[in-house]
Amino acid sequence: MSTAATTQEAPNYLTHETGFKSWALTLDHKRIGLMYLVATLLAFIAGGVFAMLVRLELWSPGETIMGPEAYNKTFTLHGAIMVFLFIIPAIPGALGNFFIPLMLGAKDVAFPRLNLASFYIYVLGACFLLYSIITGAVDTGWTFYTPYSANSSNSVMSTTLGVFILGFSSILTGVNFVTTVHSMRAPGLHWRRLPLFVWGSYATSVVQVLATPVLAITLLLLTMERFLNIGIFQPRLGGDPVLFQHFFWFYSHPAVYIMILPGMAIVNELIATFTRRAIFGYMFVAMSSVGLALVGFLVWAHHMFVAGMSEYSTMVFSALTFLVAIPSGVKVFNWTATLYKGSISFQTPMLWAMSFLFLFSIGGLTGLFLGTLNVDVHLHDTYFVVAHFHYVMVGGTVMGFAGGLHYWWPKMSGRMYNETIGRIAWFLVFVGFNITFISQFIMGSQGMPRRYWDYLERFHTMHGFSSIGAFILGTGFAIMLFNLFYAWFKGEKAPRNPWGSAGFEWQTTTPPHPHNFAEDPVIRRGPYDYHLATEEELATT
Amino acid sequence: MNEATIQLPRQMSTLAPEVDQMYYFIFWVSVAFFVAIIGVALYCLVRYRASKNPHATPPGHHDVLELFWTFAPLLLLIPMFHYGFQGFVHAMIAPAHAIEMRVTGKQWAWDFYYPGDVEPSPGEFVVPVHKPVKMVMGSRDVLHSFFIPEFRVKRDLVPGMYSSVWFEATEITSHFDAATKKVVANQQDGHLDLFCAEYCGTSHSKMLGKVHIVSEADYKAFIDSKDAQPAECDQDPKGAACKQKIVAVGEDLFKKNACNTCHTTDGSRLVGPTFKGVFGRSEQFEDGTTVTVDENYIRQSILQPQAKVVKTYTTAVMPPFVMKDWKIDALIEYIKTIK
Repeated sequence: MSTAATTQEAPNYLTHETGFKSWALTLDHKRIGLMYLVATLLAFIAGGVFAMLVRLELWSPGETIMGPEAYNKTFTLHGAIMVFLFIIPAIPGALGNFFIPLMLGAKDVAFPRLNLASFYIYVLGACFLLYSIITGAVDTGWTFYTPYSANSSNSVMSTTLGVFILGFSSILTGVNFVTTVHSMRAPGLHWRRLPLFVWGSYATSVVQVLATPVLAITLLLLTMERFLNIGIFQPRLGGDPVLFQHFFWFYSHPAVYIMILPGMAIVNELIATFTRRAIFGYMFVAMSSVGLALVGFLVWAHHMFVAGMSEYSTMVFSALTFLVAIPSGVKVFNWTATLYKGSISFQTPMLWAMSFLFLFSIGGLTGLFLGTLNVDVHLHDTYFVVAHFHYVMVGGTVMGFAGGLHYWWPKMSGRMYNETIGRIAWFLVFVGFNITFISQFIMGSQGMPRRYWDYLERFHTMHGFSSIGAFILGTGFAIMLFNLFYAWFKGEKAPRNPWGSAGFEWQTTTPPHPHNFAEDPVIRRGPYDYHLATEEELATT
Repeated sequence: MNEATIQLPRQMSTLAPEVDQMYYFIFWVSVAFFVAIIGVALYCLVRYRASKNPHATPPGHHDVLELFWTFAPLLLLIPMFHYGFQGFVHAMIAPAHAIEMRVTGKQWAWDFYYPGDVEPSPGEFVVPVHKPVKMVMGSRDVLHSFFIPEFRVKRDLVPGMYSSVWFEATEITSHFDAATKKVVANQQDGHLDLFCAEYCGTSHSKMLGKVHIVSEADYKAFIDSKDAQPAECDQDPKGAACKQKIVAVGEDLFKKNACNTCHTTDGSRLVGPTFKGVFGRSEQFEDGTTVTVDENYIRQSILQPQAKVVKTYTTAVMPPFVMKDWKIDALIEYIKTIK
């Protein structure tokens, strides 16, 4: 592994070429990763603003800042933007693109042109969503349930078309990563040495390739239903609205694993680096990602226990749902065991990783309530479900993403962010998040239905807490983003390996060489083998 | 135990204790796991912090331990699944002797049909205590979901398909008032709330219903009198008392039929035209023709809403209503008073 070139003059991917064209037409996975990062963070900010508007409206019963139609569009936009434009593409598109080749000791991904195409397809899909907002926006919820979506406003078309297009971006990224992992590994990097971030991304990619086409088919059928009245989902034409839910969740449940697996994958890297120790039971953890990806395909109908399925179907899907607990449990237990006898330091990325452990445990355990059939009947479609999936998606994926951003920011930007401000931002997010969503667990189990513009007075207190928490949460994220962007331009110069990590991606120069490594690397140890790494490799200079 | 707790609402049906038992079983299992995981993690974070433990012990794995915590949770997961499913089957299959009622959901109101009824009773429904009641449900338009938290029941209403729930209420909330021939809650807001739990469009959050639980005798009395016109009008159909009563009944019907989710009385625009000053107003249709709103136009708009739709309101879909003539009269009398 090359450790020689750390001088200021070493060529780096940010400065070796300049000008608009050098970015717009780049085939460098690192630059494409950065473009994804900018795009997905813009989506995150937009989705976040809509979230704040939702919480502001729910500050008090009745109309606070907007009427019911505007509210329904706002929560739909919050969900659709966060799911399709941020949480699904963010980690694979930005961090996966940037770091998978670096971790594999490869020069680039297997299909660099396809990679750039994925990005532009993403932008095109995002433009359709933007267009739908300008032309009136949709109010169907991000789930587009029929028959409501088959008859409501025409913006449904541009929205679903946008999501349809985004699906292709997701599929092509998945194909690219699977091929890259199979064919681009450096000499000596066999599967048992693969970094766990790569394992997790690999499992995610497989799900993206296999599940996303079903979403495309479903949305195409919805379009045909609207324009040609083919009568597949609309009962007045002999269709079955529940069939849409089966199709939709056949993608969207695996999509939950498209969202959470990369978050878990990042947490592996963070815990290993900041405990200076290999993840306990590496193979169990790697296989639990694959296990989650597989089980994720078999549980879609647990979103539909009260939707009108037979008792036998609910029985099968409830039983399969409990299987999800097993690989999830393996991860949490193994992470905890990794902390044992580690040498633990608490820089900002590790704080995010620990909040993942804390919040994802709550997210996972509350899943048990929803998998249990008679309890789910009471909790389904209430704020309990809203809180549960936010604990998994935000408490899990977004915490992992934020941890990864802080962890890899020095490598990507060549600059260090302010550690104190980083910790303050983390603290505000962690506290704000819990206030927001613990209130929602309580009002949910008390019977507050979701997607309500107005609510009964008895839920007022909890909605108030939830809104206050959300504003703290929003402030925390704003400070975090400001801290990172300020660092990009004004931060101190970052050393090659600021955390003293044994991971392969830290062995190249900072910011990385345009071709990743000055010499072709040969891998002689695992990514977490601190006891085998040389002092030179672990040096924080 | 049947009082509300911080987590769960009051238990008001025979199913509720069964659900809550599972809920609390899972809750305490979760608390135990959470405390164990976070406790061990916090201990390690403090005990093995870098300043205390500068050198990590090299990597490890322990296959027996890992296999143990891979499969041991099944010991708790299997009972959760089993009893959850058992409870679900119990909640799905109504006892054979249950009273059967029908419910129809529509944007954005509930219609109830008592046994043998053709004309729906909107907005509020009355059930006898300690009697199993089966609700056979359908939807006129989009998906809805029938949710009464205190009963722990929920089921989607799907257009083109029947679904059902059943429950047996365990406590009385309301009584039948013989003087007014109405069921009223024993306390202010003492009724149970029926929520629509599946998103159904603009006024989804306004699609609420009221549930009254009464004694068996009160239920009988209510059923016998519910379709009778006001007593005042039996005695003197032309008198001021009857006229006043009819307007009040009209206003009640206006709310119960959820007319107010689309039509305002203050002049502001919602899904449909406002009723403020609507009687006698001249309305224009898409084809340019006009009508002066009179009794016949209102009557037609209730029974065949799509026949003549006011310009700029054509995208809204109002469902047709089935209503006794004297109730239509009452609604018209009420609408006349909104000025």
